[in-house]
This record gives sequence, structure tokens and C-alpha cells, in this order.
Amino acid sequence: MPKGAGWRIALIAAFVVLSCIYLVPTLSPNLPEWWKGMLPKDKIHLGLDLQGGTHLVLEVETAKAVEGTLDLVATDLEDTLNSKNLRFKRISRTGSDKVSIVVYEKDTAAAVQKLIKDKYRDYEIIPTVEEGGMVGVALRMKEQDIQDRKDKAVAQALETIRNRIDQFGVSEPVIARQGINQIVVQLPGIKDPQRAIDLIGRTARLEFKMVKEGVSPTGGAIPEDSEVLYEKHTDPTTGATTEIPLVVLKKALITGDLLTDAQVRIDSQFNQPYVGIEFNSLGARLFDQVTAANVNKRFAIVLDRNVYSAPVIRERISGGSAQISGNFTEKTASDLAIVLRAGALPAPVKIIQNVTVGASLGKDSIDKGLMAGGIGVALVIIFMAIYYKLSGMVANLGMVLNILYLMGAMSALGATLTLPGIAAIVLLVGMSVDSNVIIFERIREELRLGKSPKSALEAGYDKAFLTIMDSHVTALITAAVLFQFGTGPVKGFAVSLSLGIMINLFTSLMGTKVIFDLFLHKGNVKKMSI
Amino acid sequence: MMELLGKTNIDFIGKRNISFVISSIISIIGIIAIIQMARGVANMGIDFTGGTSVQLMFDKPLALADARKALHSGGIAEFELQEVKEGNKLLVKLPRKSALAVGKAAEIVPAAFVKAQPGLKVTVDSTTEIGPSIGEKLRKDTIIAVAISMLGIICYIAWRFDFKFGIGAVVATLHDVLAMFAAYYLTGREFNLLFITAVLTIAGYSLTDTVVVFDRIRENLHKDLKGSLHKIFNTSINEVLSRSIITSLTTFLSAIALFVWGGEVIHDFSFALLVGIVVGVYSSVYVASPVVLLLEQRAMNKGESGAAQPVKA
Repeated sequence: MPKGAGWRIALIAAFVVLSCIYLVPTLSPNLPEWWKGMLPKDKIHLGLDLQGGTHLVLEVETAKAVEGTLDLVATDLEDTLNSKNLRFKRISRTGSDKVSIVVYEKDTAAAVQKLIKDKYRDYEIIPTVEEGGMVGVALRMKEQDIQDRKDKAVAQALETIRNRIDQFGVSEPVIARQGINQIVVQLPGIKDPQRAIDLIGRTARLEFKMVKEGVSPTGGAIPEDSEVLYEKHTDPTTGATTEIPLVVLKKALITGDLLTDAQVRIDSQFNQPYVGIEFNSLGARLFDQVTAANVNKRFAIVLDRNVYSAPVIRERISGGSAQISGNFTEKTASDLAIVLRAGALPAPVKIIQNVTVGASLGKDSIDKGLMAGGIGVALVIIFMAIYYKLSGMVANLGMVLNILYLMGAMSALGATLTLPGIAAIVLLVGMSVDSNVIIFERIREELRLGKSPKSALEAGYDKAFLTIMDSHVTALITAAVLFQFGTGPVKGFAVSLSLGIMINLFTSLMGTKVIFDLFLHKGNVKKMSI
Repeated sequence: MMELLGKTNIDFIGKRNISFVISSIISIIGIIAIIQMARGVANMGIDFTGGTSVQLMFDKPLALADARKALHSGGIAEFELQEVKEGNKLLVKLPRKSALAVGKAAEIVPAAFVKAQPGLKVTVDSTTEIGPSIGEKLRKDTIIAVAISMLGIICYIAWRFDFKFGIGAVVATLHDVLAMFAAYYLTGREFNLLFITAVLTIAGYSLTDTVVVFDRIRENLHKDLKGSLHKIFNTSINEVLSRSIITSLTTFLSAIALFVWGGEVIHDFSFALLVGIVVGVYSSVYVASPVVLLLEQRAMNKGESGAAQPVKA
């Protein structure tokens, strides 16, 4: 055996064995128990473009979360001042980081400031301003706290969305944070993407608000403490929607964060689905108080600023359960129950990217991709065998090794195979024999100069080495850049390509060479089949 | 020994004036394509412009005019229709400014068809909705990606060879890239992320041929110090011509399999690769080498006149 061939063969064989082991989880879906204990479990994942599914990028409107916190502070201050008999004209959130209080007297202002200092230590107090006989006091959220709040909002949103998706039932979803305020959601193989998108994108802020009686929503002035919200009705037969305006108090009496459970139930009388909700102890107490105090008045059940229903309170409701009815179908009721159980998002989210591939297109893509790959491989094998004869077959063997190693490596890394990724592999088939073509042409040149096969081989590999290096490095540069900047399918392409290029370097400079060495090492081979 | 080409002796460099004209025309069309893209009049994918595209599959053929009518009556005023080559498929593109909220298109668009033609079975093949901020980010990322790859290639070639070869390689690469833009533009294909992926791949790949030629030129320059540059360049190209063609041929074979059998999604992508591979061979012979020759000759003339000057003074 030629010098140094032993360990090279051993290395190649070791890689073959490794690749095969790593490929097992990919190729067989049901692994025996003993395998799972010690052997690799990672497998090549199919990209969404191949198995169908939805890729969403959501942007959390974090500024809204900060505003929400400040609104709470404003409401809380209002209650506190009322209970302490401190008279004020107005308390409201101003701008994106302040709550302003307008009072009538300087003394009150001082008292309010003291109160704020005690109660809201983390806030900055802005010096009072006097204007037109009024005194303005304001507190501002610190920049650091604002950032924290925003950061938390994204984390909470992520958690909530994960909850919703888990309850909706999607296998192997990917939910991850991206950048400062974005969340990436991948739902492979999802059957009803539109429903999932609706479910995820909903803020699901549930509020119970009293209806302001005696104020017309259409004409006339709306009192400052009230607002107009709409109740949507969809006619189940025609599909036409009507909107009924309703004046409600801005202040919510009870909110969805006091819920412990929400379930779909069927109304026995009308056979209509509705959502039954359960309050926690605080919510139950509040609900009890509110219903007791407002018998024969209407209250509105508001979700994301849409009125679902506005029933009249017939009697005091104790026990902490209530029901939300509306024009529900089985599906919409179950989705509402899911979002209520999973909780509201801390801030609204905006869908900024949605790529959905249907399962049939995905299936079509993978079938055609594999077929094209097979044909590509066959074409190259035939060409090499005809043009370079036995040496061509050695190159073909190298190419097969290449594909095997690449699949093994992708499996080991748990990489994702996308359709462009398949294209990259097919392209690599062409490129992997390229290196051999460069070497073979060099060998032919040396043979023409009258060298023996053995020395022609050595010279061929030697002189082609740098050329092959160069071409691989330049290809790798662009592949690496694609990897860095690409997303989704493009990233899949870059992964396959860069791995392939590196592996190709190994097989072409080492893999095929050792086969030639084995044949030619004795130096008595007169003719080379090239 | 089977040979595609025997020993050739073609005067490639002598034809450089013709090839420069051809290359210039290709490049100019490519540049026009890029300008049209920047102006937003080229066929741009929504990856870059933002907006929505929905690909639908029907159970029976649907005339474009009927599809147009259906969408109009469905309340969708602004859209672009593109026929997909296989099956009864249709791609509906909605511009960013149309009022559809992101996340809704997969509902509204098929609903419009069903409403206009009851009984028609519509399946949503794929939906892509790109918000404006993503489109902008992708555009920016793409420009950065292309710039970094080009820079990386220049640096590497300049380091491995010398600066003149570096320039030759980059000019050739740019030429290949422009040719791909030109081919896409002339055939009215959609410029999207996959196209950019193909461009960057070819930018890396087409250098293989260029490197093969450069290696040989350098080798022959060292061997034959006295011969005319013109002759050395020609001999070098002739010597490596068959391997340039064969290396590209093998890759071309696999790319053509993708083009013919790979399915609609990567059809255009493989077209871009095919163009890039073919142009890559051409440019390593007719662009890269002549540019280096030009630079070498200029450097020599300068060197001679530079050396002569002190004597005169």
C-alpha cells in the first residue's frame, strides 16, 4: 500500500460511517429505544417551502405597552386622589412617557407631588407649572424603565403567542424573538393558516364596560369619560355585516387578566356556541359588586375595542362565572376561548411578513426537486464516465461521497433543507466533478508530455491544488455572505452550499486521490484510463 | 483519450475589440435593468417592494380577463396578474399601497374568485405578504450582501494574484452579474430574493473559470519571460479552453436538470444559473484576460516611458 494511504482510507471510511449514522434519524421516522439513548437524534428538517406552512414575522408595538402602563398609572392616581379628597380637573397620559395631573390649587399640587413621590418612586417628577389659574403636575417614566417595559412586552407577547399556538395544536412550531421588537413564528404543515394568523395576531384585550345610557352615539357630543364602540353583526346567510354604535364608559370595570378559564359551551336553547368564562377571586368579587350595583343597566363585553354583546344585568351575579355570546361558529368560539385562556398580548402586534406555502405546492416542490436532482446526477455521471472513462468513475465516486457527507453533515447539524437548498446540492454535483476535471486535464497534459501515469498523477494533483483552493475559497466567500444575510429558503441554500464546498474540497483533494494512489502506487501501470 | 476540443489555436485576444463591444452591450442592458429596478418599473418581486402575492390553483382553466373581472368585482382595484406555466394557476400581486391588511389576503383574494364564479374550486398555493419595513430591510441587506461579496472576492484575488488580476476578475464577475440582470430583464422575469441568491452564487462560481485561466497565464508568464504578452495570453487560454468548457458543462448539466424538471418555484432561479454559467465561461476568456492584458501593457508602457524620462532629462 502506498505511503500514507492507510490513514486517508481510514478517514474516508470513518466519515462514511459517521454520515450514515447521522442520516439514520432523517431516513427512518421511528427509531428504536436503544438508539435514542446514545446515538444522534438530530435530523434534516424540511423547510416550510417543502412541507408547506406559514412563516410570520410580527412586530410588537412596544410603545403601546408603555402607554398602557401609563394609562394604568393615570387610572390608579385618579382613584387615589378621589379617595383622599384631593380635587383635580384632569388626569391623563400625555405624550408617550408622561402622566399629567391638572389641579386647581397650589396646596393640592404639593400634596399630589408628595403622594407621587411616595407611591411612584421609579418615576421622575416634573416641576409644577402654573397656567391660567391651574397647576399642572406631571410624572415621567424614566428612559431605562421604558426600555425595560418594552423589552418585557416583547417577552410577554412571545410567551402568550407560544401559549396560543400550543393550545391551537401545531407540531414543531418555531417561536423566536428577532431583533428588538420582532417575533418570528413558523408553523410547519399548518392546514388552516388564515385561522392561525388571526389567532396569533389578535390582542385579545377583554374589558367589561358600562354602557352610558341616554347619550346618542350618532349625534351630539360624547361625554369626556365615554367613547363610541361598535357591535358587529354578521348575517350568517348573506354574510353582510352591520355595525351598531354604542356609547360606553372609557373606564373598564373588569379586564381579561382576572380570568382563570374560558371554555366553549353550547347554548341548549338556541344550539348556539358561546364562551363561558371563570374569574379569579378578585375578579369574582369585582363582578359581584359591579352587577349588584348596576341591576337593570347594560354593560358591554368588549374585546379589542369591538363590542361582542351588551346584555342588561338582570340580577346580581355571584360565583365568578359569566358568558360571552355573539354570533359564534364552533371555530370562532373555540379560538376566542383559546386567546382568553392564553391571555391578552401586552401590546398589539402587527404582521409585517407572512409567507405561506400550501402543502400541495410543498409536496410538488420536493418531488420535482428530488427528481431534478436525480436527473442532474445521472447526466453528470454519464458524461464523466464517457469522457474520462475509469478516472471519470473515480470522480463520480467522489461525487457520491460528497453527497453522502453533505447529507450526513446537514443531519448532524439539524440543518433545514429548502428547495433552493436542493438546488444547491444539485449545483454541487456539477461543481464537485469540476475539481476532478481540473485535475484530470492537468494529468492528461502531463501524460502528453510523456510522463508515467504515476508521476503525471502527482504533478496533476500538485499543480491543480492551488487552482482548486482558489475557486473554492471564492465560492465560499459568497456562500458565507448569503448565509449571513439570507433568511428562510435563501439561508437553506447558503447552508447547503457552504457545507458542500468545504466537503468538496476534502473529497476532491483527498478522497479521489487515494483511489488513484492505490491503483498506481507500484509504478508499473503503463496506461491510465483517463 | 476522448477530447472535446483538440489542440486549439484560436486568437482570442486578437478578437478583443469585437468581444469588448459585445460585453459592453450586455453590460449596458444590465445597467438599464438595474436603473429600471431602482425606478420601480421592472418586474420586481414583492420581497423588495413590499405588498402581497397570492398564488391560486383552480380546478379548471380560468381566462385572465375573467380573473381580472372577478378581482375587480371583489373590490380589489389594484393588482397584477401573472400566469404560472403549470396547471391552472395564477399569481395575483397586490401593491403595498392597496388597503389590504397584512394577514388577510389569503382570505379576500380567493373569496373574490368564488363570489364571481360560484362552483369554482380555489386552492391557495402560497401567500407572501411583506410589510414595508421588511421590504426595505431586505433591499438594504441585499445591497450590503452584494457589496461584501464583491469586496471579499477582490481582496482574495488581489492577495492571491496581484492587483491587475484582481481587477480583471472583478470586471469579469461584474460582467457576469450584469448579464444575468440583462437576461432577466429582457425575458421579463421577476427580480426577487431567489434571483439575488443566484447572482451571488454565480459571482462565486464564475470565478472558477477565471482562476483557471489566470493560473495558467501566470504560470506561462513565469516560464516564458521574453515572449509577447499577447502570445502568452493566447496560448494560456487555448491550453485551458477545454477544461473551462468541461467544468462549466458539468455544472450546466445539473442546472439544466433543475431548469427542466425542478418545478415552477426554482424555474427562474435555474434560468439565472444557466445564464450565469454560460456567461462565466465567455467572460473568463473574453473579459477577464483581455482586461489584465490591457493593464499589463499599460503598466509596461508606463514603466518604459518612466525609465526613459530621466535619461532625456
